[in-house]
Amino acid sequence: MTWDEFSERDCDDAIHTLYHYLDGELTTERRSIIRQHLDDCAPCLEAFDFEAEVRTMIAHKCREEVPEALRIRIAAAIQHEERQPRSDL
Amino acid sequence: MAERSTFSDLAMEHMPSLYSAALRMTRNPADAEDLVQETYLKAYRAFDSFQAGTNLKAWLYKILTNTFINRYRAQKRRPEQSDVDDVEDLYLFRRLGGLEAAGAGRSAEDQVMDLFTDTEVKEALESLPETFRMAVLLADVEGFSYKEIADIMEVPIGTVMSRLHRGRKALQKALLEFGRERGLVG
Repeated sequence: MTWDEFSERDCDDAIHTLYHYLDGELTTERRSIIRQHLDDCAPCLEAFDFEAEVRTMIAHKCREEVPEALRIRIAAAIQHEERQPRSDL
Repeated sequence: MAERSTFSDLAMEHMPSLYSAALRMTRNPADAEDLVQETYLKAYRAFDSFQAGTNLKAWLYKILTNTFINRYRAQKRRPEQSDVDDVEDLYLFRRLGGLEAAGAGRSAEDQVMDLFTDTEVKEALESLPETFRMAVLLADVEGFSYKEIADIMEVPIGTVMSRLHRGRKALQKALLEFGRERGLVG
């Protein structure tokens, strides 16, 4: 199945709102219209899946471990603050 | 109003996410550590003004973002332009030839996950102009809503959407360059 077999306008509309859809920023009504189109249009569904997976990949690959020394440093800094007299009391 | 004594219990769990963001923003581990530490100290001192029950992670991000802008932007200002006018919708998808090209018979998730290395994704994100990078980071890595991002970055929602739009295009362009280098695309 190719994009040519579907109404070009429906596909353009879906691709145009792809990120708003993936971001969860569409109204319920708009969302269900796009969902309906994706159920009927394999090429658009594949494109949506791809973009969703790219997004998952980016999030997954940008996770960092906090250096243990930093954790300790911040905990100590806050403990130190806790012992300071409060200026606003 | 939030009790300072509850700060550590509530705020420390967000450190991996804040540190990851700080690294993408500063592009340097020493600066990232300083930025996170300063964020936590400021947050602790201002915790009285945090509205208990509201989004603590977003509040911490707002402090992180402000601290970053105040401390680093002056010295590292870069032009906030990104040449993405030639990047059309589904740029990466079309050039990689869809999911099938990435590896037949495997799940879409595995195929995409293996397209780029951790280093490539980080470098691609870090190559974006600062305001685009922050918008993409907040949306795609941290999953904040447009409204939350607008609040964190102190810009209108329309600006968030335009930064995200251009930032994501620039990111796909940068990723595709890595794909080219490795012969994934012709």
